[in-house]
Amino acid sequence: MNKKLGPATLTVATWVLAILFVFPLLWMILTAFKQEADAYTDPPKLFFTPTLNQFAGVFERGFLPYLGNSAFVTVVSTVFVLLLGIPAAYALSLAPVKGTSNALGFFLSTKMLPIVAAIIPLYVISQRVQLLDNVWMLIILYTSMNLPLAIWMMRSFFLEVPTEMIEAGRIDGANLPTLLRKIIAPVVAPGIAATALICVIFSWTEFFYSVNLTAARAGTVPVFLVGFITSEGLYWAQLSAAALMASLPVMIVGWIAQNHLVRGLSMGAVK
Amino acid sequence: MRKTRLIPLILAAVLALTSCAGAGALGTSGRTLVVAIVSNPQMKDAIALSGQFEAANPGVKLKFVSLPENQARAKITASTATEGGEFDVVMISNYEAPQWAANGWLENLQPQIDADPAYDVADFIPSIRDSLSYKNSLYAVPFYGESSFLAYRKDLFEKAGLTMPAKPTWAQIADFAAKLDDKAAGVAGICLRGKPGWGESLAPFNTVLNTFGGQWFDQGWNAKLDSPEFKAAADFYVKLIREHGEVGASSSGFSECGTHYTQGQAAMWYDATVMAGTNEDPESSKVVGKSGYAPAPVERTQSSGWLYTWALAIPKAAKDKDAAWKFMAWMTDKAYVQKVGAAYGWNRVPPGVRNSTYQIPGYQEAAKAYAQPTLDGIADANQQKAMVNPVPYPGIQFLGIPEFQDLGTRVSQQLSAAIAGQISVDDALKQSQEYAQTVGNSYKEAR
Amino acid sequence: MTSAPFTSTATIPDSAQKRRTSAATTRARSQAVKRRIPLLPALFFVLAVTQLPFLLTVFYSFQSYNLVRPGSQHFVGLQNYADVFSDSTFLVALLNTVILTVVCVLVSLLIGLGLAVLLDRKFLGRGIVRTLLITPFLILPAAGALLWKTTVFDPTYGLLHFVFGTDTDWLSQFPLAAVMAQIIWQWTPFMMLLILAGLQSQSKDVLEAASVDGASRWRTFVSITLPHLSRFLQLATLLGAIYIVNSFDAVFLMTQGGPGTASTNLPYYIYQRAFEGFDIGQSSAMGVIVVILTMIVATFALRLMFRTFSVTGGVK
Repeated sequence: MNKKLGPATLTVATWVLAILFVFPLLWMILTAFKQEADAYTDPPKLFFTPTLNQFAGVFERGFLPYLGNSAFVTVVSTVFVLLLGIPAAYALSLAPVKGTSNALGFFLSTKMLPIVAAIIPLYVISQRVQLLDNVWMLIILYTSMNLPLAIWMMRSFFLEVPTEMIEAGRIDGANLPTLLRKIIAPVVAPGIAATALICVIFSWTEFFYSVNLTAARAGTVPVFLVGFITSEGLYWAQLSAAALMASLPVMIVGWIAQNHLVRGLSMGAVK
Repeated sequence: MRKTRLIPLILAAVLALTSCAGAGALGTSGRTLVVAIVSNPQMKDAIALSGQFEAANPGVKLKFVSLPENQARAKITASTATEGGEFDVVMISNYEAPQWAANGWLENLQPQIDADPAYDVADFIPSIRDSLSYKNSLYAVPFYGESSFLAYRKDLFEKAGLTMPAKPTWAQIADFAAKLDDKAAGVAGICLRGKPGWGESLAPFNTVLNTFGGQWFDQGWNAKLDSPEFKAAADFYVKLIREHGEVGASSSGFSECGTHYTQGQAAMWYDATVMAGTNEDPESSKVVGKSGYAPAPVERTQSSGWLYTWALAIPKAAKDKDAAWKFMAWMTDKAYVQKVGAAYGWNRVPPGVRNSTYQIPGYQEAAKAYAQPTLDGIADANQQKAMVNPVPYPGIQFLGIPEFQDLGTRVSQQLSAAIAGQISVDDALKQSQEYAQTVGNSYKEAR
Repeated sequence: MTSAPFTSTATIPDSAQKRRTSAATTRARSQAVKRRIPLLPALFFVLAVTQLPFLLTVFYSFQSYNLVRPGSQHFVGLQNYADVFSDSTFLVALLNTVILTVVCVLVSLLIGLGLAVLLDRKFLGRGIVRTLLITPFLILPAAGALLWKTTVFDPTYGLLHFVFGTDTDWLSQFPLAAVMAQIIWQWTPFMMLLILAGLQSQSKDVLEAASVDGASRWRTFVSITLPHLSRFLQLATLLGAIYIVNSFDAVFLMTQGGPGTASTNLPYYIYQRAFEGFDIGQSSAMGVIVVILTMIVATFALRLMFRTFSVTGGVK
């Protein structure tokens, strides 16, 4: 199409840009396999003898409980989001009543409340109900944090369902569960998958609630990373190894499901 | 639909993970002590040695939450104040201990201490012990203690034909700083903290303020940040740093100054007595053996050094207080000092707490340049000796009132801005006076 | 993507019911109630978890309350609000938040647009490049912040030092810009994905017709692609702004708001006043002010979004 820029040049340029953009990340992966002495060098070292010591060190510092907490909180809160969100999205799309747009507006507006504005009451409340430093507090908060966006996204997918088919199903006397399974589910399944993925990403990476409401028992992976800041500075190689391992689960899920992600997000925009 | 196959896979992985990490997530076994501490070097040695405690006390497992100072303080304070009960042992300082004891948030440790003569409470340096006491009972046991003093480069003083007096005044120090300042060689006259934070720049500044006769509040809780004495002290401090201080002063704290001084980039350094350990450590310092140590400079008072200690306490809401005490006693008794000495060498021993530490020949040898000045500084650190006028709050380099963390941080930000030259000292003090008066008013109402 | 069928879901039953008897109206009403039921659990849950704590925040904002001073809690009316507005640091933090949000959203949107356009063609290894590019969005923001603080910005061992050869201490000389760079890096992939979705939903026929008509590539982009993308860009802006205005991780981990207050944004300042100063009254007042300001901005944003909805056929 373009005569000035050959496709090959454009391809090379894209590759170069992409690699530059993620270079800090590639560098982090490289650093994770270094000894500490190789991590602090000027100029930075590209070639070195790789080691797995840093990863072992991360596990020695008690990484597993944090990883377990993160996994538990992420999965359970995502399941809750779907359990609460799917009926709501259904009600807001296929069976709408008066006040639908108000409800939708309300859900979205809660996303705009700065989370920091309510952190003190949350701390006090969770202390009163004995949920301080408890994974269930995080599950409750992450569910409410992700629910608005999830409802909004899923509603877009529900709007894709051909209404004629639902009406036809109703006339044939199918009840709601049957309708859901036979007609709605096939259409909206990819959308629900994309929504779940977004919830997983946001729950896994959430930092503010976790750092303020947990201590020894319920800390999630981001909190583990804070322990690497000390008065003597950071151990770069070990920090890189920890950062890599902490991010790896969502990275893998995100890579595998990136097509769903694009589709899910674009639906939100169009509908 | 690839996702559908993915979900069971993920679920399986998660279940496997949570079951092996289950103990961390959902309910821990009865005898796990959760210890919240500040991640300073001496505390890390304690974590490393804590396996010995677990071996000696089967059935008690330790779990450390080790955080940088600011975060540790935030978490520990929030948890103790609301009786959150997340921690069995917390590390606090002499800023918190008396206040929290008065609030009824801490366990009185005196009965446990009295029941154990081998713990030898009389061995603690008296001023340190007093700073952690409330109504003659100890509510926290000291792990580490410090005052402030002045390190100076004997070689540079000799070259310039100067002598450090036994008890220097700030006027003399300013004069020395001007003479020793050598911008061409990259040597600053003096290194002083300019980094904001009530525990950073305000610590040295407040000792200067005290000896200049200034104060934050008078006995009627009127803020006095606009008084001539306060202004004189602030002008002096800011001017000294701006003219003869280190580069990047407004973001230099203890560690930054440490780097400057040990790399030979400053002729003098006024800071915490623990700095001597860094200065005399051949691994990190280029000026080993070149330093003399003088008491904190004065102006209108006898002494001016500060008093600070990191100590261990048990919050009222802690679940396993007996085990908690056992661990605290282990970490603060005489035997612990020996353990550190044997494992890591005498310069790694937590200083400034027990008189007996200073009797150990190995320690005396390792610390001969600074052991006595440290001990003298700590012993002399009290309000009677360090201040001109009476004040309604306890503390030397801090104000022992709960609002000071917040107030101090905000005032120190103004001070840093003045040191950076962004605003004038007058403007900084004007805004600070407003902050302080808000706090003062709340005490006026309360009376 | 036409609006008609979906609007009809809402309107047809209504108009049909009007023609029936009053008994039928009652039945329709109970039908409407029944239809609301699936919505209620989510509604009550979000209501309880987000609004109750906020009501408590409003309550605290009228109190003088220092957490570490027991017995200090008492009603002070609007005093906290007056103190907040006379606090110069609050205004600095407010300004920083606005700068941070606007710059980060715009820049990551622009870079995202550029990358999306580059990706919207077939080339060797396209899947790999896209995978690479979305990864910054997938790593933990906390990890990203620490990574930038160390390996990128460190004055002696950092990558920028290596590239430029200067000993610039980026985090203390350009603190806000450094924090923004990290946030932009983190959010660009998100913007890129959204815009890419928009680009791929374009009708190829229209583009081909344009190129047959001899329109230049740039003309086609400006007059066909951009208008088509506008909804996607709006969505990206809205979602990006919602998350970026709350940025806490990067400030907390990279600069601690400093030096001084140079990189303090509102979330961090409120956190500081609450968890370092324990001034519950004032930090709550700040929280309330921030909510009101956000609501004002958000009302405009939401109105914009909903206008888009009603045009495209959302449910009224």
